[in-house]
Amino acid sequence: MSTALDAAEIRRRTRELLATHPPATTGRTDFLKARFDAGLAWVHYPAGLGGLDAPRSLQPVADAELAAAGAPDNDPRRIGIGLGMAAPTLLQYGTDEQKKRFLRPLWVGEEVWCQLFSEPGAGSDLAALGTRAVRDETGDWVVDGQKVWTSSAHLARWAILIARTDPDVPKHRGISYFVCDMTDPGVEVRPLRQITGEAEFNEVFLTGVRIPDSRRLGPVGDGWKVAQTTLMNERVSIGGARVPREGGMIGTVARTWRERPELRTHDLHQRLVALWVEAEVARLTGERLRQQLVAGQPGPEGSGMKLAFARLNQEISGLEVELLGDEGLLYDDWTMRRPELVDFTGRDAGYRYLRSKGNSIEGGTSEVLLNIVAERVLGLPAEPRTDKDVAWKDLAR
Amino acid sequence: MSAPTEAAPTGPAQDAAGRTPDLLYSEAEDDLRSAVRSLLADRAGAPAVIAATESGTPYDPRLWESLATGIGAAGLLVPDELGGQGASHREAAVVLEELGRSVAPAPYLTSSVVATEILLALGASGGPVGELLGDLAAGRKVAVLALPFTASAADAATAMAGTLERTVAGVAEAAAADVLLVPTAAGLFAVAAAGEGVEVRPQVPLDLTRPLASVTLTGAGGTLLAGPGSAAAAVAKGLRAGAGLLASEQLGIAEWCLTETVRHTRERHQFNRPVGSFQALKHRMAQLWLEVVSARAAARNAADALASGSPDAPLAVAVAQAYCSKAAVHAAEECVQLHGGIGMTWEHPAHLYLKRAKADSLAYGTAGRHRETVAELMELPAP
Repeated sequence: MSTALDAAEIRRRTRELLATHPPATTGRTDFLKARFDAGLAWVHYPAGLGGLDAPRSLQPVADAELAAAGAPDNDPRRIGIGLGMAAPTLLQYGTDEQKKRFLRPLWVGEEVWCQLFSEPGAGSDLAALGTRAVRDETGDWVVDGQKVWTSSAHLARWAILIARTDPDVPKHRGISYFVCDMTDPGVEVRPLRQITGEAEFNEVFLTGVRIPDSRRLGPVGDGWKVAQTTLMNERVSIGGARVPREGGMIGTVARTWRERPELRTHDLHQRLVALWVEAEVARLTGERLRQQLVAGQPGPEGSGMKLAFARLNQEISGLEVELLGDEGLLYDDWTMRRPELVDFTGRDAGYRYLRSKGNSIEGGTSEVLLNIVAERVLGLPAEPRTDKDVAWKDLAR
Repeated sequence: MSAPTEAAPTGPAQDAAGRTPDLLYSEAEDDLRSAVRSLLADRAGAPAVIAATESGTPYDPRLWESLATGIGAAGLLVPDELGGQGASHREAAVVLEELGRSVAPAPYLTSSVVATEILLALGASGGPVGELLGDLAAGRKVAVLALPFTASAADAATAMAGTLERTVAGVAEAAAADVLLVPTAAGLFAVAAAGEGVEVRPQVPLDLTRPLASVTLTGAGGTLLAGPGSAAAAVAKGLRAGAGLLASEQLGIAEWCLTETVRHTRERHQFNRPVGSFQALKHRMAQLWLEVVSARAAARNAADALASGSPDAPLAVAVAQAYCSKAAVHAAEECVQLHGGIGMTWEHPAHLYLKRAKADSLAYGTAGRHRETVAELMELPAP
């Protein structure tokens, strides 16, 4: 049976799924499992693993049909790390057994994933990480160390973890990549409170955590290469949907400006309009990037978009605090909370101002991104490296 | 307590046109770019441009003939039936990107865009308007609007004043013009530049690659093309198209400046390493790259809005000018600084780009004036 996998065929299969599992009478998880088994979860994945080996561009066909029929989705924002980072890495480096075990509950959302990469001593220089994984006589790995900035760690069943397995070779070569069970003894998750008062993230302390060798991804010592797959996919997720004019933070300030004439001053007006122009140009730049991706000519613009949005969010929210005058001196709530979803534009102006400070730090600092643009896009020479051929254990720290 | 974050924008925030602009380049546009680029590489290299600016007549007539007639660039905005190429602002924008990259003196923006757009807006297919359009489209004649280069679309209505007796200073590329389009209280006149009672006196411009002149009319004769009402609207449309496509020229300038700065800092060694390996410099060039990428999106958006006659065009043009003016000046200033001493010399072409970028930032309205337009269109009023 060789039916060509075109849009019509995807639509036919989607309708068949909807007929056999009517969303109105099927439980949410049951429906999602059936969708996964029908290969309509991520059509570009292999058959049997939630996909149909179809072109990625056909996914929107299934999504549109399902949305129109009122089918439940897998709440992708809640399981973003699993979908965006763990899954592509499992797909590329996992054994058949690992893929079979992990991908279905990951996609359905039954098992949340988190990422144990950053450490207090390894931020921008992630490859300098010092969490140790030592193999014992049974062949299992025993892990000790501390990870930080881990979102969803308190909700997660699994983690992707990189740890140092050989301290005697230069830093990029002595790392291995594991799947860590967050319910194992020795895993301790503590909330990490931020300048906003809440704790989106966690610190994760690993003390004598045992990981069977069957949960290693990729060869021993090749973890840095495996991690590149993870990090690459983090960057690809930018630039999905069309953003409407005034769709971001600028919209909030513009509405306040229109509704509250008593707050207006000449200085704020100059700055507001200048930022409005920049926000509109950033939106158009994102739209152009999206069009390039659709046309199959991906450009390097993606690396620049995060830089632009970080700066704009910071400047716009800073302006907003000033615009609000007396109210700008207030803050909605300093109570320590643990939000499940990150919302950069949520809550009040003070929150936005503080939260946006993280935009130029998280997921690659603006300074590192400028280096990446300079070296990989413009082809400028790298800074001289003093750490390249030095064994990890001999690095300055 | 929490503000709505994904609320659908209302009122002026909605795209007036409701269509997605095409921000990419088509294959035909890429082909046009190659043709213009190789022509400019042949005939308008930096040493030639520098030499020409000191010769009194910076224009190269053979270059103009090849560009306007050979490639057919002069007629891109003009429909086939009026003797043009029946293309659009999108293609003209690509020509301007290349002219920006080479800063070759050529009256393209003033004649093939602004004057041509004014004549097209007058809407007459025959008579003197149609005849002049045909001449411009074929590259047989050059026409410029006899207003200061700083005039913007917002000045069009007040420009329809006075008589044919006048002196107008700061008219861009009047020295290359066969015909002057002169707005008066009685309407828009076409005046032969070589005719009786017309004096075109060159001024000393900041930007030597776009000559300015003072135009004095004393008893000159002219042909009335349109009355003051329709002429005001047409002049506004011409100046808006000029501002919108100037953004593409500014993009070309910025691109050249970035490319040359990257090239120079990769080759130039100090302290036993390429100066481009210092983060202090790399970060500045990466920032410029981001501005060039953004300027491209803004400029393509303006060109596409003009080409499709979108009701969004006034906003798209104002946004593009407000952004691209600054981007081009910033790129040119960084180009001089990051070239170090050689960037301050007459011999190196960086100064041509700095002067063009700075002059362009005043042309057809400054970034500040365009931001005022944005504020007005987006209902973000001053206190």
